[in-house]
Amino acid sequence: MGGFPILSALTFMPLVGAMLIMLVRAATSGSSSVSEASTSGRTALLAGLVISGATFIASIAAFSAFDYGHSGYQLVEQYPWYKSITYKLGVDGLSMSLILLTTFLTPICLLASWNSINTRVTEYVVAFLVLETFMIGVFTAMDLVLFYIFFEAGLIPMFLIIGIWGGKDKIYAAFKFFLYTLLGSLLMLVAVVYMYVAAGSSDFEVLEKFKFAPEVQIWLWLAFVASFAVKLPMWPVHTWLPDAHVQAPTAGSVVLAGVLLKMGGYGFLRFSLPMFPDASHFFQPWMFALAVAAIVYTSLVAWRQTDMKKLIAYSSVAHMGFVTLGVFSFNEIGIQGAIFQMLSHGLISGALFLIVGVVYDRMHTREIAAYGGLVHRMPVYATLFMLFTMANVGLPGTSGFIGEILTMVGGFQASTWAAAGAALGVIFSAVYMLTLYRRTVFGEITNPELNDIKDMNWIELICIVPLALLTILFGIAPNLIFNLTEASALRILSMMAGG
Amino acid sequence: MLNFTAMTYAIGPELWLVSAGLVGVLLGALMKDAFNGISFKFGALALFGAAAIAAMFYVGGEAFNGLVRTNTFVNFAKIVAFVIGGLALVMSEGFMKRHGTARYEYALLTIFAALGMGMILSAADLMTLYMGVETLSLSSYVLAAFHRDSARSSEAGLKYFVLGALASGMLLYGASLVYGFTGTTSFEGIAGSDMSIGMMFGMVLMIVGLAFKISAAPMHVWTPDVYEGAPTPVGAFFSSAPKMASIVVFANIMFQVFGEAMDQWQLIVAIIAGLSMIIGSFGALTQTNIKRLLGYSSIANVGYALVAVAAGPQLGAGPLLIFMTIYAISSLGLFAGVLAMRRPGGMVEGINELGGLMRKRPALAIALSILVWSVSGLPPFGGFFGKLAVFQAGIEAGLIPLTIILVVASVVSLGYYLRLIKIMWFDEPTERFETIDGSVTLVVMASALIAGILFMFFIYQLGWWTDQAALGLGA
Repeated sequence: MGGFPILSALTFMPLVGAMLIMLVRAATSGSSSVSEASTSGRTALLAGLVISGATFIASIAAFSAFDYGHSGYQLVEQYPWYKSITYKLGVDGLSMSLILLTTFLTPICLLASWNSINTRVTEYVVAFLVLETFMIGVFTAMDLVLFYIFFEAGLIPMFLIIGIWGGKDKIYAAFKFFLYTLLGSLLMLVAVVYMYVAAGSSDFEVLEKFKFAPEVQIWLWLAFVASFAVKLPMWPVHTWLPDAHVQAPTAGSVVLAGVLLKMGGYGFLRFSLPMFPDASHFFQPWMFALAVAAIVYTSLVAWRQTDMKKLIAYSSVAHMGFVTLGVFSFNEIGIQGAIFQMLSHGLISGALFLIVGVVYDRMHTREIAAYGGLVHRMPVYATLFMLFTMANVGLPGTSGFIGEILTMVGGFQASTWAAAGAALGVIFSAVYMLTLYRRTVFGEITNPELNDIKDMNWIELICIVPLALLTILFGIAPNLIFNLTEASALRILSMMAGG
Repeated sequence: MLNFTAMTYAIGPELWLVSAGLVGVLLGALMKDAFNGISFKFGALALFGAAAIAAMFYVGGEAFNGLVRTNTFVNFAKIVAFVIGGLALVMSEGFMKRHGTARYEYALLTIFAALGMGMILSAADLMTLYMGVETLSLSSYVLAAFHRDSARSSEAGLKYFVLGALASGMLLYGASLVYGFTGTTSFEGIAGSDMSIGMMFGMVLMIVGLAFKISAAPMHVWTPDVYEGAPTPVGAFFSSAPKMASIVVFANIMFQVFGEAMDQWQLIVAIIAGLSMIIGSFGALTQTNIKRLLGYSSIANVGYALVAVAAGPQLGAGPLLIFMTIYAISSLGLFAGVLAMRRPGGMVEGINELGGLMRKRPALAIALSILVWSVSGLPPFGGFFGKLAVFQAGIEAGLIPLTIILVVASVVSLGYYLRLIKIMWFDEPTERFETIDGSVTLVVMASALIAGILFMFFIYQLGWWTDQAALGLGA
């Protein structure tokens, strides 16, 4: 309490920046010949980069004020808002790690749009910054209603990003994304209001101590999972994801896979486990079944894809299955693994979407069949693509390995069969990723248009290399993350045990 | 023996409005057409003044031997309704001028409609209530038909009149039954009487009559037609100020007159609420005219408000005021948005003609989008808190099925709200819109700012005010 409200500053910094950009645009508009419009677009992108970069620095500042040993919520700010709903922000290790992921990925997304977004650039930057505020807000909110507001509000900018700057079927994808997520969220709203009325407060710390009756827990749990399962997404409510990913612009896919999906896993860890422990235990076998179904089924589906982005989208669903497995194993190693897997997947899948974006910007097709032999023309690209292919497969030495092995170990302690099923998914992931890599990068050049394709330019390198470095760094030194999240994982478990 | 102080406390705003209306009539008779130009400002001033008087005598009082009695609950509604009515008048001027119908009668009719709103809110007796309802209704019929050369406007006025007269008849029939079985017309006396079967009939008939006035299903059929046919600023007025007043009157009568019989009417109100939400949100899905769409949307929103009424005075009164305040402001803004879009051939009314608004008039498009999001109840905008308050009241009152209908209707209604957003943001621009008078744009911006943004931050204060106001019910 007291002191500088660093979390509020961090959360709303992008929003304020977005408003400034809009004001500047409103003040300078009027002279809009084509060339000037594109310069003002570049200026807006640059401004967006500065703002999101500053937000990243702010998150580092918050991180430096973070105390590893403290297991509860830190840097708490609380003000009354409406009746007993409060404006309360705070972080623990779990949310801190996801905030860092968000603030790290957003500047990369904006930079990756430098050459690929050429229409309505100012609005694009504004939408992205607004989205960043809502994403950070989801992880900093320590009040259920406030969390719901951020969670739901994030739909608006994402809807616009897909709908305005997306591909051919963008309208369909945007509506599907929106309505799917919304239906889940509104069911959650019923539960949110019920909990708030029953406990008399929507403060996380109050709700965590409040014991809901087991039969009530079942319904509340289902309502929350309706929302998080769509968001994560879990099989069988994942069908919006491939559409949204394929139609979204590259940066939209990165932020969708990198951060928005993580809100589902975050929700499980923040609400389902600590607040409804009885229901979580009751549904554990079902969740395992769905997790394994997701891992095996979507891996097989991914194998058959002819569109590169769709393939990676399905692989995302499979990898999020590992998160579900880890979360519902109810042991420290599984939960730590799940958090790690979320972060690692944020880096790897984000990078893979960028990698696809690189060739898409040059060739304007995502069909795997249109490529082949890229290694002859783009050696740097081939190297980075190889690294992330291996990371996605879960090769030791990359962060992908740590996440998968830990969630499987955790799952193994809870259910041998679930872990065995998940292990099958690791094999399948090697099958589809290596197939993708072989068909696009190796072989002879069959498509004549590929003959004069250029290797990655420096902007693309700046976007992807940091992700590559972090993927390797976390693969070698996973304790960097475990130290941060350990206290939160233990706290969740102690709350589940009724502590 | 008139106690002037007590009278001012009880019906100060109405006294002011009636004086202003009569002065207006005189000025009109003396100045003839010269009055047309300033009549809109005159009328707006009268309404704002009435709001100020209501705010000054906020605690309320009793006068005319108990024929009128006010409290903070109705005075809150009065202030909001008068201010919004005044704003609707301000933004009408440009539109009426362009159509060559900027006559002073328009302003005077609005003043008299406001007088009717004030009277029904102040009423503490069936006689006063009925007189107020008729004052409001008759002014409204004429306003709807104000463009007498236009077939659509005349049709709207006639339709509204025929159906409205039927509803007034129902209300009157119900009132006489209640009077016949209780022997009194005063609200206090009726509230003190035992419920009898005849009185129950009377109550149901009164609910039917009032449901028509607030355009709740299944007495809603006139709404889209009248909203479409009436001149756009009149639609803006109908959907905001009188709606706020009538719903609060509906609640007031349920809470204060039939408060003891809540078990009997709760189910009826709940059914009306559920039907309104369903019919309103599904009906709007297929609309292509934006004014009809707003008509259906207003039916759905009346349904949400009635959920708060069904929750009863203790739980529902405060949320009702929050919801209706935010809705009335947003609704005014949405209609102002329709007014703001004009192309060379005439007004924009087809939804598809909004295409690409974001490219042509970004500020207007953003303001309108905020209003649309807000009305649809999506966070983080103000409308979300209105719905949240109603929702919470419903859950606390144990009306779980009704709250689930509320959720489903919200998802369905997003189908058409999203379509508006899609057309404004995604589609290519169709035609160039003309620039319009600043007052209209100002109302759009202001209502987006207030209903969408400010209430997001100051919802605590609004909640406090409405809770305090609800205490006036003495519940």
